[in-house]
Amino acid sequence: MVVIDATGRPPMASGAVPRPLRSRNPLDHGVPTGREEAWRFTPLRRLRGLLAGPDADGKVSVTVSAPAGVAVEQLDAADPRIGRVLTPADRVAAFAMARAGGATAVTIPAEAALAEPVIVHLHGESPRTAAGAAAGVAYGHLSIEVGPFASATVVLDHTGSATYAGNVEVYVGHGASLTFVSLQDWDAGAVHVGAHAYSIGRDAKLRSFTVTLGGDLVRLNPTVEYRGPGGDAELNGVFFTDAGQHQEHRLLVTHTPRSCRSRVTYKGALRGDAAHSVWIGDVLIEADALDTDTYELNRNLVLTDGARADSVPNLEILTGEIVGAGHASATGRFDDEALFYLQSRGIPPAEARRLVVHGFFAEVIDRIQVVEVRDRIMATVAGRLGETPADDSAEALAGAGPAGA
Amino acid sequence: MTAAVSTLEIRNLHVSVETEEGPREILRGVDLTVRKGETHAIMGPNGSGKSTLSYSIAGHPKYTVTGGSITLDGEDVLAMGVDARARAGIFLAMQYPVEIPGVSVSNFLRSSATAVRGEAPKLRTWVKEVKASMEALEMDPAFAERGVNEGFSGGEKKRHEILQMALLKPKIAVLDETDSGLDVDALRIVSGGIEAVRAKGETGILLITHYTRILRYIKPEFVHVMAAGRIVDEGGPELAAVLEDSGYDRYVKAGGATAPAGAGAGAVS
Repeated sequence: MVVIDATGRPPMASGAVPRPLRSRNPLDHGVPTGREEAWRFTPLRRLRGLLAGPDADGKVSVTVSAPAGVAVEQLDAADPRIGRVLTPADRVAAFAMARAGGATAVTIPAEAALAEPVIVHLHGESPRTAAGAAAGVAYGHLSIEVGPFASATVVLDHTGSATYAGNVEVYVGHGASLTFVSLQDWDAGAVHVGAHAYSIGRDAKLRSFTVTLGGDLVRLNPTVEYRGPGGDAELNGVFFTDAGQHQEHRLLVTHTPRSCRSRVTYKGALRGDAAHSVWIGDVLIEADALDTDTYELNRNLVLTDGARADSVPNLEILTGEIVGAGHASATGRFDDEALFYLQSRGIPPAEARRLVVHGFFAEVIDRIQVVEVRDRIMATVAGRLGETPADDSAEALAGAGPAGA
Repeated sequence: MTAAVSTLEIRNLHVSVETEEGPREILRGVDLTVRKGETHAIMGPNGSGKSTLSYSIAGHPKYTVTGGSITLDGEDVLAMGVDARARAGIFLAMQYPVEIPGVSVSNFLRSSATAVRGEAPKLRTWVKEVKASMEALEMDPAFAERGVNEGFSGGEKKRHEILQMALLKPKIAVLDETDSGLDVDALRIVSGGIEAVRAKGETGILLITHYTRILRYIKPEFVHVMAAGRIVDEGGPELAAVLEDSGYDRYVKAGGATAPAGAGAGAVS
């Protein structure tokens, strides 16, 4: 076993990437108590009953705008395309599949080269209670297929409010190239639990961006599998976790065929009391996955006291014949010296903070080629940084003066 | 036109830092006046308070001013935030410039020039201005696209500091050990950059240094010796020559309490 670890520590729980039970039947999945590895970070009561699979009483509308040539259709529950990529690994995903009553399918034909992105707008229309909590439960299922040798960009844009269990299956054809953005820009109070399953064809490329900004609780579970050699998956993520928000990203990349590549880069900023982010990066390199090349990274920027970032990379390697495998995880505070440096050049404190956070996220966000989406993310982050009082350290810098003369 | 004279006045400045054993006084009554166009060198052994003085002028929150005053053209500098001091015309070239990952040098320079000048510089003239200043400091144009101080060598960091000074055109520039960690070539280039700013006569320079090496390139009119938190000796350039020969030993031995008689050959300004 060859383990290369950029953090200098042995991988946590080495040899223990979990193999969850996979089944479409919700009842095959136990009811979590909160002690399970997969659920130990999640505040279960804030799932608002999704674990019990209540009947839908809310709505998330799905609107697709797609360039000509792209097929958009409604699949009924028996359609074989449902479940082709995703077999649920937990109760919520299984309930979502069972209760969604079909799926919205987007199909990009073989060899198409889309000049414009496909935009899937998912809007939570559930009324909010007086307490500000999203009341309505909604289920959804999306099936996205990119034909062989096609190239496309698909954007999922989640807005509004709901208690939403939504699955996404993404089937990338051989030799195809997909840029996939999932933007969680929910109103405060929304709950979103989602399984995002990607299947990468031979010599295909996926470049995904998972951007979580809003909601009360967001728990996403991106998984990648490869159907042939030469597959390349870049999983990028950005999250901004504000006071009281729980944002959880649990990734699992399984290298089964040989000569595939994966890169995971997640960056998060946290701010305010009880802001909680969770990043789990599981990578499994199976025995036949020779020449695998994988690296995963999570960096978190804690902007104030009271916020908590959990970060657990996990690497299991069953063959030594690989190109490279590594991971790194680091969580740090706002760099007061960086803020001082910028301010000493005349830049006001609020702008200095924006620059530092922008710089922190730039590595990931600048890779998003969809300009409108990129600008919206940066504007949202800038707006959130500007809207509340600065944290203590920045205040100290802004008001630095004599303590008494 | 601005006022004919820009003057930084430091009077009886006392500064403490917080330590585990409580506050510790580092500066114990510093007096200093720097006018536009003048070049002052502050020299002294390690731990004498030179860097504390420079950070206190810039307003670093780690340092607490417990007494005395700093004014710029009569304005109370100590009442200003860090950014306001920079906009008022104070510049600190840092000994250890900080990395700001993901923020490009060009973005940073433009943001600071916009803040200090009060309006965004016109793009066309700005690009020319930056280019010319970078050429003068023998900096590769590709430098502008790198993250601020990210992976810079020691020489690159100091050139970047002087580049900022050239672009921000401060009234008073404090250069905190800008010469430290530079090889001969880098020292020559950086000194050339400082000299170019000085030659314009619009900036008062406070050159803080441990060694006399940089004074071969930049000739100060005034030399101040700092020890144990006070200025213990003052003179003209000849004082630097004395220090070159005899070092700081006698100031350290004297505990900074009194200036050794006859050490400063020149008149105290």
